[in-house]
Amino acid sequence: MTTFLGLPGGLPHADRHTGQVEGSLRFPDAARTALADGQLRTNIGAATRTIRTKRAAVVAEVPDWEELREAGRAIKTDTMARLPELLLQLEENVTARGGVVHWARDATQANAIVAGLVRAVGATEVVKVKSMVTQEIGLNEALAERGITAWETDLAELIVQLGHDKPSHILVPAIHRNRAQIREIFLREMPGVDSGLTDEPRDLAMAARRYLRAKFLTAQVAVSGANFAVADTGTLTVVESEGNGRMCLTLPQTLITVMGIEKVVPTFSDLEVFLQLLPRSSTGERMNPYTSMWTGVTPGDGPQDVHLVLLDNGRTATLADQVGRAALHCIRCSACLNVCPVYERTGGHAYGSVYPGPIGAVLSPQLTGITGGDDPNDSLPYASSLCGACFDACPVKIDIPNLLVNLRAQHTEAHADTHRIPSAEQIAMAATAWAMSSPSRWARAQATTRAGRLLGRRRQVIRALPAPLSAWTAARDLPRPPTETFRQWWAARDAGEHR
Amino acid sequence: MSGLTSMTGAARAEILARTRAALTRAQPPGPVVRDYRTTGDLQLGSPELVALLTDRLVDYRAHVHPVGTEQISAAIAGIAAAHAGGAARFVVASDFATAWRQGWGAVEDHGLSPRELDETDGAVTTCRVAIADTGTLVLDAGPGQGRRAITLVPDLHICLVRHDQIVQTVPEALRRLDAGRPITFISGPSATSDIELARVEGVHGPRILHVLLISPP
Ligand code: SF4
Repeated sequence: MTTFLGLPGGLPHADRHTGQVEGSLRFPDAARTALADGQLRTNIGAATRTIRTKRAAVVAEVPDWEELREAGRAIKTDTMARLPELLLQLEENVTARGGVVHWARDATQANAIVAGLVRAVGATEVVKVKSMVTQEIGLNEALAERGITAWETDLAELIVQLGHDKPSHILVPAIHRNRAQIREIFLREMPGVDSGLTDEPRDLAMAARRYLRAKFLTAQVAVSGANFAVADTGTLTVVESEGNGRMCLTLPQTLITVMGIEKVVPTFSDLEVFLQLLPRSSTGERMNPYTSMWTGVTPGDGPQDVHLVLLDNGRTATLADQVGRAALHCIRCSACLNVCPVYERTGGHAYGSVYPGPIGAVLSPQLTGITGGDDPNDSLPYASSLCGACFDACPVKIDIPNLLVNLRAQHTEAHADTHRIPSAEQIAMAATAWAMSSPSRWARAQATTRAGRLLGRRRQVIRALPAPLSAWTAARDLPRPPTETFRQWWAARDAGEHR
Repeated sequence: MSGLTSMTGAARAEILARTRAALTRAQPPGPVVRDYRTTGDLQLGSPELVALLTDRLVDYRAHVHPVGTEQISAAIAGIAAAHAGGAARFVVASDFATAWRQGWGAVEDHGLSPRELDETDGAVTTCRVAIADTGTLVLDAGPGQGRRAITLVPDLHICLVRHDQIVQTVPEALRRLDAGRPITFISGPSATSDIELARVEGVHGPRILHVLLISPP
């Protein structure tokens, strides 16, 4: 039972064809399309700049920010190490308060559980609070196949849903749409909308308010995700802005919450750390407008039929990698997206998966597994310049560059195992990975690219390398080699810590 | 349902086994160091603390009214008059103090339906604790607060905060809370920035938030 640890294909991964954990194109190909879309680049650029500025201002006013980050990191590390016991404790406490806990190995099973619960109360519609995990498992589509309509109630998600579109940013999923486009979508897709609707954001938001209010007041079933689940009390938490979350969590009789098993935190007081880190990192606010916490059923207040679906879907496989498991610490704030020079240019769609940006580049391939082949998620660990901005911004100190390097090494190994005659691009990739996979080779590669490295010191990227690495830099800039940390990491890896 | 339960029962055992297998060679993590602030610098009940909360609330565009205990009814009546020409009907929890209900139309909540709540003009509640650093009002369905729906469906919320309920930091607030209760953190009116990042207030929750900061007698 221990031989598979650290090896791809050991514990079961997420099915790459169910839900949305992988796109249909490799990153360089998808990015090319995105780069050609001027509107997209302008919108994403403006959004990330605005949020970056706001975040910097509210983070600067917290004197103990670094102490909070360190506590956040330590709590998450501790959580992962004690995951089985904490999940059992969570289950026990939710159950004791009248909730029902379900376990789902994968997307298919989670979708079946939710559909079964909706059917059991005789409903054909559900209202939904924005939740990444239900996008990951493709819940809306699975419900639709069974004749159940899922209404997204977050304004951005509604825009995406009505536009038959995909989210492009964790936090502002419709950032790729401008006001004129949103007006058009509403006029076309929103039944009963006022034909005199203007493209003023306030007007558009009020149209959504009217449209959704009727649904909130009559909905029987709501589906939510959870930002945090507290093991020692059984308390679930949803952090939001618009109040659609409160509507879903409060008015329907049945509430079904789907969460990845990594969302558990040990104690209620741990929330004092995350409720400080998350809003400031995410929307750049001191606190988000609404945070809801509930524990099982409260008689006479809110849903009386409460369910929690705990989802694996590749998370235990991710947990098995001692470096990679840090990706499970993510609290989905999106700060790493907003500081990422790659994300800023390509937007979220290029990453294919529901998880975009730097965190997506390390989480999605781990959920589906690295195959060493041409799978789109195999290309994600290379969708980065390793500049380290994501690490600095991350409120729980996930060392994303280190995780990327770890995945690149895995990709090379898996590639060598599965491919005997590599393609031209793969030769370039493999050459780079080969160079990076040994300190002495890396040192030699660096020695031959001194000019590039000097340039890289200033600009954080290398724009040209001698062959065979040049084939790769033709496609994208090569990061300045993180020699010190890489070597340290490699030494630790060779010493047997990793596998 | 029994089929469902047995299906997830097998999944439960399997996921737990996978999780244990994934951790067989894990290093025990280091201790969780909590060097962050757990109290603020400002004295409980101090004018500085009240001023900080006021500043944060105003920043969220909430309407702040400093009042004494004897002025509570009049302040609510004033908001009612301005809001719906004096004919406003505000929902209250059944245990909301009768002394504070003078001069405005209080509707007691005895299980109003979402539609009935939608037809009222607002809700008046107390709170459990307020966080000055972040401008947050915390409700936990305790005395004077009622169930969660009453501060959600109506378009206006008037929240009463006593000075001694104000703390400076998030940890101080969490430590006053009982996790078993339904808890809502409210930091200004509901808002969205989903359309070109333009801030629009009052998407689904109350669009108007009034806070009465009640000084001690
Ligand atoms: S990896 Fe860190 S910065 Fe990125 S979304 Fe997750 S918590 Fe936020």
